[in-house]
Amino acid sequence: MQNYSNVLLNAIKSVTQNISLMEVCGTHTMAIARSGIRELLPSNIKLLSGPGCPVCVTSQGDIDAVIEMVRLNDIILLTFGDMMRVPGTRSSLQEERSRGADIRIVYSPLDALRVARENPEREVVFLGIGFETTTPAVAATLEEAREERLSNFSVFSLHKLVPPALEIIFSDPEIQVDGLICPGHVSAVTGIQPYETLAAKYGKPCVVTGFETVDILEGIFMLVNQLQKSQARAEIQYRRVVRADGNQVALDSINRVFEAVPVRWRGLGMIPYSGLRLRPEYSDMDARLRFNIPELEEIPIKGCACGAVLTGKILPTDCALFGQACTPLKPVGPCMVSHEGSCAAYYRYIPGREGTK
Amino acid sequence: MKTDRVLMAHGSGGLMSQRLIDEIFKTAWNNEIMESMLDGAIFNIKPGRLAMSTDSFVITPLFFPGGDIGKLSICGTVNDLVACGARPLYLSTAFIIEEGLPISDLRQIARSMAQTAREAGVKLVTGDTKVVEKGKADGVFINTTGIGMIPEGIDYRPARIQPEDKVIVTGQVGDHGLAILAQREGLSFNTPALSDCAPLYQLGEIIERYGDAIRCMRDPTRGGLATVLNEIAVQAGLGIQVKATDIPVSAVVQGACDMLGMDPLYMANEGKMVIFASPESAGDICADLRRLPQAEGAAIIGSVSSKPAGMVLIETELGAQRILGMLEGEHVPRIC
Repeated sequence: MQNYSNVLLNAIKSVTQNISLMEVCGTHTMAIARSGIRELLPSNIKLLSGPGCPVCVTSQGDIDAVIEMVRLNDIILLTFGDMMRVPGTRSSLQEERSRGADIRIVYSPLDALRVARENPEREVVFLGIGFETTTPAVAATLEEAREERLSNFSVFSLHKLVPPALEIIFSDPEIQVDGLICPGHVSAVTGIQPYETLAAKYGKPCVVTGFETVDILEGIFMLVNQLQKSQARAEIQYRRVVRADGNQVALDSINRVFEAVPVRWRGLGMIPYSGLRLRPEYSDMDARLRFNIPELEEIPIKGCACGAVLTGKILPTDCALFGQACTPLKPVGPCMVSHEGSCAAYYRYIPGREGTK
Repeated sequence: MKTDRVLMAHGSGGLMSQRLIDEIFKTAWNNEIMESMLDGAIFNIKPGRLAMSTDSFVITPLFFPGGDIGKLSICGTVNDLVACGARPLYLSTAFIIEEGLPISDLRQIARSMAQTAREAGVKLVTGDTKVVEKGKADGVFINTTGIGMIPEGIDYRPARIQPEDKVIVTGQVGDHGLAILAQREGLSFNTPALSDCAPLYQLGEIIERYGDAIRCMRDPTRGGLATVLNEIAVQAGLGIQVKATDIPVSAVVQGACDMLGMDPLYMANEGKMVIFASPESAGDICADLRRLPQAEGAAIIGSVSSKPAGMVLIETELGAQRILGMLEGEHVPRIC
């Protein structure tokens, strides 16, 4: 495998064109930083991190809304661990917990159901966050809760869809991206069709890529190869997991429970049909409605450039706060908190960070 | 009263406590110092420098492939003493037992402590048992404290490490962490994941032979190799560079970690040592280590430099350099 990696790397190095590729997915960002691929690529081939970390792209208003909900209601909030430390405008879930709020970390939405069953006298809210990969499990959980007639369970949905955000990336003239390294696991659900549409519409290649070092190198090679031949197709590198037509069972499950609505993304603004809200048939389990949580205004964090980082407009190290005011232990913005955040990846793995300003 | 489980009365200090100590501990550990049954252990010791270390063991499960909490409680303290350059001599132990623990489990734990202590050449000379109500502990918690003699001329500490020194690890890393995780989560692999739990008394021979050509040693338990390297880099005020392809990791640990999204370099070890040695002696030390059954997988994995101070860098399989950071948060809880 190491030999094949080197063969791919040498082939990529022989390209002379200037090429900017975006790795959409946070897991790719982490894998690239861990393996050191970015450092080994020649200077004419740039890798930019994209909006593929669900925690990072959650808008400040949404984070504040969740914190408001916890403050004003006697609930048990269940969340994935990454959300705990994400800073809201004035507080974080971690801070709220230390002040006595009942916030618990779960690893699966099904654990949330268990908590709801065990605490019939309490309101139990699951904080649903993630892309096409995690949403089917949450949809299945809601269906199960409905079947069981669990009346104390609801979901605060921050779920989002990846393809609409990619459309924004390609159509923004400020963002210079020649091709996309598309997320492996999201695409296992969506299939390749959304990328075929994007590739045809914007004339830029998209390659669905796996997460091993050798997968990523092969994905980059396939993109570079297309660009050299002036092609713009959607291809799958990650064939052992992703089928061209995706996972219809998972898609159906999402569609039975959720509907697409416009939502605000950090750094990308309002994107049509990019967020998932519970359908009217499930509205009684929509925590936003149940606790009457209004849409909160977006109050940007001073100096935080997470928005520009998420769209590949700047590198994490270009942010004035990076490594100084903002570190994983004392994060200012979400990109430094999340395990998939590009600032966290740079901070954790890229040597020379102590010299950066 | 005959019972097959530990009861609260076993911790009362009365007849049942006495019987428990006689039947379980004294039988397993019999030695003349223990036998005297004083309030404390009394022993003679030669003049010189002593090392002392203490460690508590709260592992779950109590029995795991490659060891149990008893064996672990000896290895942990013995290895801490060895890392100080000391020859381990005497251990004390204290048990906090949860009511309801099967007596047969306790007997097995005491026996395996005795066997490991014998193997390591240390004596268990004093002990204590307490019993707490069901739910107030998890089976049994064990503390051991040990003392050992430091030979003349040995002074192992991070401040002695110098640029150009080599970093040696005495065998493949991550075995203990994976064995516990696999046992707990009910994972099984074609090759079983065995804990490396072992008392590293054999390193005494290397310490004797190489003395101060060894600068510093540390056992990479909780937090694994990466965490120990970071601690030492900070304490020594130096940089450490390691090469991923030189770090020994077994195929089963590597494969399982890839699958579980974990990193063997952060997985716990209970029978390995990280040794910093002078560049002139490192090759010989490594070769001699490989002759010991307890260190046959020894390898030089990297070296020390003045910069970047306090930081560990790793050369990846592809040949790029990245930061190998400290463990953040919990990797796998309750592994030792």
